[in-house]
Amino acid sequence: MSRPANTQKFDNCLIQWIDERLPIFTMLTKEYGVFPMPKNANYLWSFGGIALTMLIIMIVTGVFLAMNYTPNTALAFDSVQRTMRDVNYGWLLRYVHMNGASFFFIAVYIHIFRGLYYGSYKSPRELLWIVGVVILILMMATAFMGYALPWSQMSGWGATVITSLFSAIPVIGDGLVTWLWGGFSVANPTLNRFFSLHFLLPFVILGVVFIHVWALHVTGSNNPTGVEPKSEKDTLPFHPYFTVKDSYALVTFMTIFLSVVFFAPLALTEPDHFKHFNPMQTPPEIVPEWYFLPFYAILRSFTHDIYIPFTDIIILPAKLQGVMGMFGSLLLLMVLPWLDTSKVKSARYRPVYKWCLLLLLVSLCVLGYVGSQPAGGSLAVVGQVATAYYFLHFIVLVPVLGFVEKTCPVPASISDDPCCKH
Amino acid sequence: MGSTKDGATRRDFLYLTAGAMGAVAVGTAAVPLVSSMNPAADTLALSTAEVDLSHIEVGQRVVAVWRGKPIFIDHRSAEEVKEVRAEVDWHTLRDPQSDASRVKEGHDQWLVMIGICTHLGCIPKGSKQGDPRGEFGGWFCPCHGSEYDRSGRIRKGPAPRNLEVPPYKFVSDTLIRIG
Ligand code: HEM
Ligand code: FES
Repeated sequence: MSRPANTQKFDNCLIQWIDERLPIFTMLTKEYGVFPMPKNANYLWSFGGIALTMLIIMIVTGVFLAMNYTPNTALAFDSVQRTMRDVNYGWLLRYVHMNGASFFFIAVYIHIFRGLYYGSYKSPRELLWIVGVVILILMMATAFMGYALPWSQMSGWGATVITSLFSAIPVIGDGLVTWLWGGFSVANPTLNRFFSLHFLLPFVILGVVFIHVWALHVTGSNNPTGVEPKSEKDTLPFHPYFTVKDSYALVTFMTIFLSVVFFAPLALTEPDHFKHFNPMQTPPEIVPEWYFLPFYAILRSFTHDIYIPFTDIIILPAKLQGVMGMFGSLLLLMVLPWLDTSKVKSARYRPVYKWCLLLLLVSLCVLGYVGSQPAGGSLAVVGQVATAYYFLHFIVLVPVLGFVEKTCPVPASISDDPCCKH
Repeated sequence: MGSTKDGATRRDFLYLTAGAMGAVAVGTAAVPLVSSMNPAADTLALSTAEVDLSHIEVGQRVVAVWRGKPIFIDHRSAEEVKEVRAEVDWHTLRDPQSDASRVKEGHDQWLVMIGICTHLGCIPKGSKQGDPRGEFGGWFCPCHGSEYDRSGRIRKGPAPRNLEVPPYKFVSDTLIRIG
C-alpha cells in the first residue's frame, strides 16, 4: 500500500501499518510532538492541559459514582451516603469528584485570566476564545446540575433559585420554568433529568474541547509578548520542552488538589449540603458553590425597578435586570474580541489596561465575598460598586483604552524581547 | 436542465425544498422530545387539599401543603386587617392590589397564599413565632431580602409580585378547599 502524501514514516512496523490506514500517529506527532510553541510561554500556559486533565478526572470518577447513585428523591441522599460509608473507596471517588469540580474551575479561571492578560482573545484567536467561553458555560451548567444530585438542602434550594431565574423572562418565563422542572416545584422529575444531563454534558464538553484545541492548532499559541512567532528562532518543539514543563505544573497542581482532597475535603462545602432536602423549609442562607459567587452577587446587585420616566409603568423589573446582568456578564466575554480596540495584545506593554485588569480581578474577588454573605445591608452597596466596575471595564474602559492609552514599545519578535535573550 | 434568467436551476429548487422538508422533519421529531419534559399526567392530576381552620387561633400563622408547595394561612385580627388597609395607598405599590382583593369577602381575616417568594422561589420566613418578619410585619425572604407586608404584598427587595393567592373556596366557615 502506498503511503498518503501527508503522513510520515515510522520505524515500528505495527505503528507504520496502523498509520497507513488511520494516520493517527502522524497527527499526534504533528500536533503534540514537533508542534511549534513560542519559546517564551510561561507557566500560565500550562493551565489548559491541567484543565483537560481535570475534565478527564471528573468523567472517570463520575462514571464510577454513577454506578452507586440512585436518581430518586427518596433514595438519592442515602445512596450518596452509602457511597461514602459502604462502597470501597467510595469516599475517595466522591471527594475527588466534589473537590475536582472546584479545582477544574480554578484551572479554567486562571486559564481565562491568562487570556485576558496577554490578549489571547484577539485576532486571529477570536473563535478559539468564543469556543472557550462556550466551554465555561457548559461547565457551569454541568456543575450546577451535579450539585443537585446529592439531594441536600443546598442541592434542592440551589436548583430552585437558579431554575427560577428563567421566570424573569417576560411572557414565556413561568411556562419555561415548569418545563425545566417537569412539575410545579423542584421534585423527582427534576432530579431525574438533572442526572441524565449531568451524565451527558461532560462528554459534550469533551467534544467542544476537541474543537477548542483544533482551533488552537490552526493559530498556534499566543505568548507573553503577544507578538506572533516570526521565525523558527522564536519557537521550540512541544515535545520535550513543553511536555516536561506542563508535567511539572500538572504535578504541582495535583499535589495541591490532592492535599485538599485528603486533608480538608469539606473546606469548600456548605454544612447545609449534608442535610436532606426539605421543600417546605429554605435554609437561613442559600450560598452557591464558590465558583458561582461573583455571578450570584451580580444577580443580587439589581434591586430597583426601572420605570418609564414620570409614570409608574415598570419597563425593567429588578428581577429581570438581575438575570440579564448575570447572563450578560458572561456574554460580554464572548464579544470581548470586538470590544477591545487596542492594537497591542499583551498587557505587558499596556500600562493602563494592566491596572484596569487588576481592578477587575479585585472587583471579582469583592463580588465573590459579597455573594457569600447574607443579602441586604451595607454590603449590598459594595456589591453594586463592584458590579458597576465589571460592566464599566468591558463596555467602556476596554473599547476607549484602545484609542487613548499610550502603550510601551513592543519587541519586533519574541527573540528580540529582552526577557528572552539568553 | 431548465434554468431561469438569473441562473437558478430546477436542481437549486429541489435542493431548497428537500432542505426545507428536512428541517420540518427535524422540528417535528423535536416536538415529542421537548414535550416529554413538561409535567406528566400523574404530576398534572390536580390534587386538591382541604384545610381545617377551626384550630388556628387569631394571630396565628400556619403552613399547609398543596401540590408540593407551602400554603401560608394567616388568621389576622380585625384591627390588623384595618391597619393593613389604612397603612398605605395600594395604588402606589409595586404590584398594586388592595387587601380586600386578596381575601374572600366575608372572611377578610383569613389570608391564604402560596408561600413561595415571587423572586426566585425561596420560602419566606415569618410563619413561625420568632421568625424575622421584615420591616412591614409580614414575611421576609432570606434569600435576597424581599419583604412582604401583612397582606403578603411585596414592599421591598427584588421580588416583582405579591405572594400569589391560590384558587380556593370556603366549604364552610372553618374549612377551605384549595385547588
Ligand atoms: C465537567 C465535568 C463534571 C463536573 C464539573 C461535575 C460536577 C459535579 C458536582 C459539583 C457534583 C456535586 C458533588 C457533591 O456535592 O457531592 C457532582 C456530583 C455527581 N456527579 Fe459530576 N461532574 C462532572 C462530570 C460527571 C460525569 C461525567 C458523571 C457520570 C458519568 C458524573 C456523575 C456524578 C454523580 C453520580 C454525582 C452524585 C454523587 C455525588 O454527589 O458525589 N459527573 N458532579
Ligand atoms: S427568592 Fe426571595 S428574595 Fe430572592
